[in-house]
Amino acid sequence: MKIINVTKVALLALASMMLLPVQADYPEKPIGVMVAYGPGGATDFQARIATLASGNADLIGQPIYILNKPGAGGRTGWNWFASEASKDGYMLGSYNVPHFIAQSIVFDTKYNINNLEPIGNWGADPAVLIVGKDSPFNTVGELLAHAEANPGAVTISGAGKFVGHHIAFLQFAKASGANLTYIPASGGVDALRMVKAGETVAGFNNLSDSARSAADLKILAVADLARHEYLPDVPTLMESGVDVDDSSVNFRGLMVPSGTPQDVIDYLASRTPAMFNEGKTQGKMKSTNSPSRVMSRDEVIAMWNERQAYLTELLAGLK
Amino acid sequence: MEFLNYFDNVFTIYHIALLVGGTFAGIILGALPGLSPTMSVALLIPFTFHMKPESGLILLGAMYTATVAGGAISAILVNVPGAPANIATALDGHKMAQDGKAKNALHYCFISSFVGGIFGVFILIFFTPPLAALSLKFMSTEMFWVAILGITIIATLDSKSVIKGLLSGLFGLMLATIGEHPTNAVERFVFTDHLESGVHIVVGLIGLFAMPQVWNLLENFYAKKNRVFSATGDATLTQSFKLVFSKLKALSIGSIIGSVIGIIPGAGGQIAGIVAYDQSKKVSTNRENYGKGEPEAIIAAESANNSMVGPSLIPLLTLSIPGSPTAAVLLGGLLIHGIFPGHDIFTKNPEVIWTFIDSLIIAQILMLIIGLFLSRHSKWIMKVPDNYMAVGILLLAVFGTYSIQNNYSDVLIMFILGTLMYFGSKAGFSPVPVVLGLILGTMTEEKFLLGNLIGNAKGSSFQHFTSGTINIVLISLCIASIVYGVYSSRKSKKIKA
Repeated sequence: MKIINVTKVALLALASMMLLPVQADYPEKPIGVMVAYGPGGATDFQARIATLASGNADLIGQPIYILNKPGAGGRTGWNWFASEASKDGYMLGSYNVPHFIAQSIVFDTKYNINNLEPIGNWGADPAVLIVGKDSPFNTVGELLAHAEANPGAVTISGAGKFVGHHIAFLQFAKASGANLTYIPASGGVDALRMVKAGETVAGFNNLSDSARSAADLKILAVADLARHEYLPDVPTLMESGVDVDDSSVNFRGLMVPSGTPQDVIDYLASRTPAMFNEGKTQGKMKSTNSPSRVMSRDEVIAMWNERQAYLTELLAGLK
Repeated sequence: MEFLNYFDNVFTIYHIALLVGGTFAGIILGALPGLSPTMSVALLIPFTFHMKPESGLILLGAMYTATVAGGAISAILVNVPGAPANIATALDGHKMAQDGKAKNALHYCFISSFVGGIFGVFILIFFTPPLAALSLKFMSTEMFWVAILGITIIATLDSKSVIKGLLSGLFGLMLATIGEHPTNAVERFVFTDHLESGVHIVVGLIGLFAMPQVWNLLENFYAKKNRVFSATGDATLTQSFKLVFSKLKALSIGSIIGSVIGIIPGAGGQIAGIVAYDQSKKVSTNRENYGKGEPEAIIAAESANNSMVGPSLIPLLTLSIPGSPTAAVLLGGLLIHGIFPGHDIFTKNPEVIWTFIDSLIIAQILMLIIGLFLSRHSKWIMKVPDNYMAVGILLLAVFGTYSIQNNYSDVLIMFILGTLMYFGSKAGFSPVPVVLGLILGTMTEEKFLLGNLIGNAKGSSFQHFTSGTINIVLISLCIASIVYGVYSSRKSKKIKA
């Protein structure tokens, strides 16, 4: 009897702890960040760099550790995060826009932007249109002229379906009216290999990775609203006469599941921009060629909503 | 001979400590199922975060080298390959261990790993520019044929009967189709959320090899069947060295095949090991002994998976194209330190890159010394009582499986798949063709679909798959492999009749 009573008391105590709004002394232990991709990839290592300074007392005040949950293009991790992660502010998640929004529109996922709350954005990696270094094409115009003469023959690689590169492709094909073939490789690295080897005619890939491989590639255009500081001589797609905006830019940042106490969200949202902007963190972002773009919670909410509306329309015919 | 100038940087107390520590830890981690080379390197990258680039790379390189060899320890002692690269080693290595020759098997494994490993690093040092160009020629269609070549040997690899081998291989291929379609992202055969991301190769490997072993050990324990352990083969080191170097054919087949597979983007040790095993079997005079504890088999497989290490870095360093799954993770390790792969990497960062390559040579030597030292204690593992052994393997299997993707579903898949395999093995089925079907099925399907899309865009998919020198060579090898398989099975039937 005694044991049962003790268990009952313990359970009651536990239940009441879970019901209480989270304490004023948050955070009092290390905080996790779930990354929906494997260790060593760009999202993983950028997440580690972006959260380097979290232990500083004037920033988050606790160290951050990374929990990798890869699988199914990121959906395994994001589904877990929205449905099973603790809602007490001790488990954050990383997001990739437009990937996670596009996948929540196309697939039957347990998450969408309505059951997740953004905290802040640390990086933005635009897609660029690339061809091999021996390619006969030097401009977007030349590539499109070839596509017009040979419908379907222009193959464009990207890092799979419903990721930034695929969105850039869909926008590019729609705006130019050309008949192009998308080749969804198993990841960004393999998609880049296809272009370097001349296996595909062209490709959409990350600006950061393409800029590093400039010796093996010609970068024709950037799928963003303005030129990028890493590639000041490369025009945007708009400058090249194709009406493609920044909807494919790969934004990376932190979020928590809905249901997390508002004071915890406010605490994190007020301190993450300063953490991302910390001097050593920014230095490391630069030395690893990771394009930084720090955005506040409010800016990210606006960006998420805009992407949700636009992608729903763009992907309507593809479900 | 520029590489000779940077050994000074390797021989600092700090770097030697990193190398010894990394190699020792790598051999142990490699022997634990689940902590494959890819996984170990990935987990180590964050630890190198605060190190200087060359120190970080030295540690990662030592880990890569040692884990590939370490995976053979568990393959030999408990018939559970530490990583997909060591599957072929388990075939004959564990038979030798059962015959009381565990120490000999481990000796052969580390000596041939060392020979292959050094061979591979020298390929990296002297032939990087031409081989990088060759590596670019391996595109989706070529990779598809490499995978098919692997499939042609599945059935004959470890089966009493070809029919059972084919059925097991087919089961593996079917497992590979669970999850997301490679090019249109539609989910297939996902009946429950647990199967959402398919069957991970290492999860399959652990389940198919470790779980039947657990049940077998428990069965023996309750049947009070005592394992007879006699340390008959206590070869001295000199004898082992002599034996390995007398098998020059197996050593060179392993080293050369491993190096070639290394430069093929994404192929890696799992393919190097089995292809080398199969080719050396075909030309060996002892071919009847393969699968029954033949030293040549261990020598071919282990020299192949270690010689793959150096060449897998050739496309990685110069083209940013990884030659193996582990090299793909290593790319993240390079980028994190601001080392950007490219043709000018040897002129832009000579200090870091040459120090790294030199450290790979030292890592091979340390791997040999530490490995041979550990081999002396192998008999302790062989003497562990069955019930303790079963619990130990089960714990490692659960822990190893969970750590791959921090996913509970993987543990469930591992357990169910492995228990099915236990009953399958009672009926004479082997886990080897199943796991090879899983590995090769994933690669075959993806490369076929991509090549098909590109071929159709070019006009004819059939022509796309059958043109080009490398494609034709690979197709000929596939045909030769099938014809030889049929021919040799007929011949052995005739002998029996």
